[in-house]
Amino acid sequence: MHIVVCMKQVPDSAQIRVHPVTNTIMRQGVPTIINPYDLFALEEAMRLRDQFGGEVTVLTMGPPMAEDSLRKALTFGADRAVLLTDRTFAGSDTLATSFALASALSKIGEVFGPPSLVFTGKQTIDGDTAQVGPGIAKRLALHQLTYVARIVALDPDAATITVERRAEGGIQVLSTRLPALITMLEGVNEIRRGTLESAYRAACAEIVIWNAAAAGIGDLGKCGLRGSPTIVKKVFAPSPRAEKVQQLPTADLPAEAVAESVIREIFKRQPAIEGDLVRFSAGQ
Amino acid sequence: MTEVPKQASGPAGGRASTKRELPEHFKAYRHVWVVVECEHGVVHPVSFELLGEGRKLADKREVELAGVVLGSDPAAIAAAATACFEYGADRVYTVTDPALAHYRNEAYTKAVTDLVNSYKPEILLLGATAFGRDLAGSVATTLLTGLTADCTALAIDDEGSLAATRPTFGGSLLCTILTLNYRPQMATVRPRVLAMPVRRPGRHGQIIEHPLNLAESEIVTKILQFIADRDSNKAQLAYADIVVAGGLGLRSVENFERVKELAAVLGAEYGGSRPLVQKGWIAADRQIGQTGKTIRPKLYIAAGISGAIQHRVGVEGADLIVAINTDPNAQIFDFAHLGIVADAVTVLPALTVAFRKHLSVNRLAS
Ligand SMILES: Cc1cc2nc3c(=O)[nH]c(=O)nc-3n(C[C@H](O)[C@H](O)[C@H](O)COP(=O)(O)OP(=O)(O)OC[C@H]3O[C@@H](n4cnc5c(N)ncnc54)[C@H](O)[C@@H]3O)c2cc1C
Ligand SMILES: Nc1ncnc2c1ncn2[C@@H]1O[C@H](COP(=O)(O)O)[C@@H](O)[C@H]1O
Repeated sequence: MHIVVCMKQVPDSAQIRVHPVTNTIMRQGVPTIINPYDLFALEEAMRLRDQFGGEVTVLTMGPPMAEDSLRKALTFGADRAVLLTDRTFAGSDTLATSFALASALSKIGEVFGPPSLVFTGKQTIDGDTAQVGPGIAKRLALHQLTYVARIVALDPDAATITVERRAEGGIQVLSTRLPALITMLEGVNEIRRGTLESAYRAACAEIVIWNAAAAGIGDLGKCGLRGSPTIVKKVFAPSPRAEKVQQLPTADLPAEAVAESVIREIFKRQPAIEGDLVRFSAGQ
Repeated sequence: MTEVPKQASGPAGGRASTKRELPEHFKAYRHVWVVVECEHGVVHPVSFELLGEGRKLADKREVELAGVVLGSDPAAIAAAATACFEYGADRVYTVTDPALAHYRNEAYTKAVTDLVNSYKPEILLLGATAFGRDLAGSVATTLLTGLTADCTALAIDDEGSLAATRPTFGGSLLCTILTLNYRPQMATVRPRVLAMPVRRPGRHGQIIEHPLNLAESEIVTKILQFIADRDSNKAQLAYADIVVAGGLGLRSVENFERVKELAAVLGAEYGGSRPLVQKGWIAADRQIGQTGKTIRPKLYIAAGISGAIQHRVGVEGADLIVAINTDPNAQIFDFAHLGIVADAVTVLPALTVAFRKHLSVNRLAS
């Protein structure tokens, strides 16, 4: 069984700083990581491979340096890595990203065998749209299973899969046919450390690098900025609140006195709350 | 959404300024639509929030507002349609079919894309819920149009386009995104980001029924079972009137009990910052912020929370924010209304006692 995991290299947003004057992202020195949500997808894919046999290919669209993330995925235990990189992809929105990734997936199918399952993470921490997975599924007519919490059953020969999907207000148990696209929920497994052997293989492995032409993309108008229907009009910092915080005096006051003044101030500003609370406590 | 171009510092750089004429075949696209999320006979409140905002957008554009209601039960659909009118819709498009009994991507995508192709809305809004996120990506890709996910504000710009604003780069910045040359312009908005509109009982509108044109036998994905969350242990944070939350400043899971005690006295929900989820002090559905819940309570009490931007975006809609923090320079004081520079571990129990005393006195008096 061939499984492809789409993963993205992202800036470690915990360490992103915004320039206070120009409002631009200060990228210098910000380390990159594999999008944390994608590791759950990778681990799940490798577990299926270990159980059913086959191969896991990881696919990333990004700048040449995204090769680092792919090599990292190989150390975890992926079998093959494909980097889709081309200047024409710059500025892609979700529609253009899913077009490029879907094209690469078709090419992967031709060269390395068609995947039965494609995995993505739930969302990225930089794009943060959770829309690239559904976009790929639609383009390749894969059966779409989003927010999957658990794979209940998989039968590669019968080409069927049953999963538990996190829906609003509960869990949906869905069954569908392969090939399918799964977006994996976070926190459902833990990425393995990888073995000495996989680390060695990763160090020597040759990463498959494709530009748009190599991935079989003929229509460059569907890529990057040109292929993106959405347009970023402006980027700005959240505006500070005009009203200043009212600091209540606390110095040398016992906690009881502080609490009393807090309650007084809350009821003064939001008189309705006092009535609500009295009704609530009367109902207790 | 579009990745923010690296040079995107000033407003309207690059393509944004190249305003092209809308292609001829899109000129017929008019009106604002909201896809109503209706599961198990209940409309998700985010749909009403979207209708409230959609009404403003439609008025600004001088067009109509419509709700899209899909399902299998005619009574539930009729009730949802009535609610749509009362929350501001002029029309409701319905598709009633057994295949739509519960949400499934194939059937719902087919229904929505058919409706869009038949009646051509210029703006299509969905909730950024498991339902809306699953559906919106498929619909946008099928229609090959732009989609801005997880917006925090919607507006009509000077040229009449939908200007959708969303956080980017982990919330450190906001960006406004347009879909100029494609229709419909699509956006998803999270629950509680927009205010709940006032319901106008008796307000009416027109219902337009549309067939599904898809047989159950053609749908590959089947729902085997639905396991409902037990309501008892499910946090109702998003719609709570009062929320008390704690952060790392509380130092230990034992001290976090002080948050729960205050919440109990106030009949409030409790929650926390993301690190508490990572430490296992609270369940993931109690996380407040960008990657957790957005809340809009009348009163929000934050104890030992620094007020990082990712937290801030989830609580800014609160009417009154009270922050307890030992650090007078903590970021939370940039957006709190009332500040208490003190140790939360002592102030929280004092508040619990004082509220309890206050309420019992008032109860006797009333
Ligand atoms: C992609 C991304 C998404 C994120 N999403 C979220 C999210 O959804 N929600 C979220 O909350 N965070 C989120 N975060 C994390 C966020 O950036 C902050 O790290 C986090 O909110 C900090 O939590 P905290 O305020 O509890 O802890 P800290 O930042 O450690 O702050 C603790 C505060 O407690 C104060 N303090 C210390 N002792 C006391 C005391 N005795 N009494 C009172 N105050 C005291 C300190 O002065 C300090 O201000 C996200 C981060 C990233 C990168
Ligand atoms: N450039 C990319 N390369 C490979 N996979 C991606 C890329 N962008 C997004 N994905 C996948 O799509 C998922 C959703 O991304 P997003 O829609 O940006 O939130 C991610 O978790 C990845 O698995």
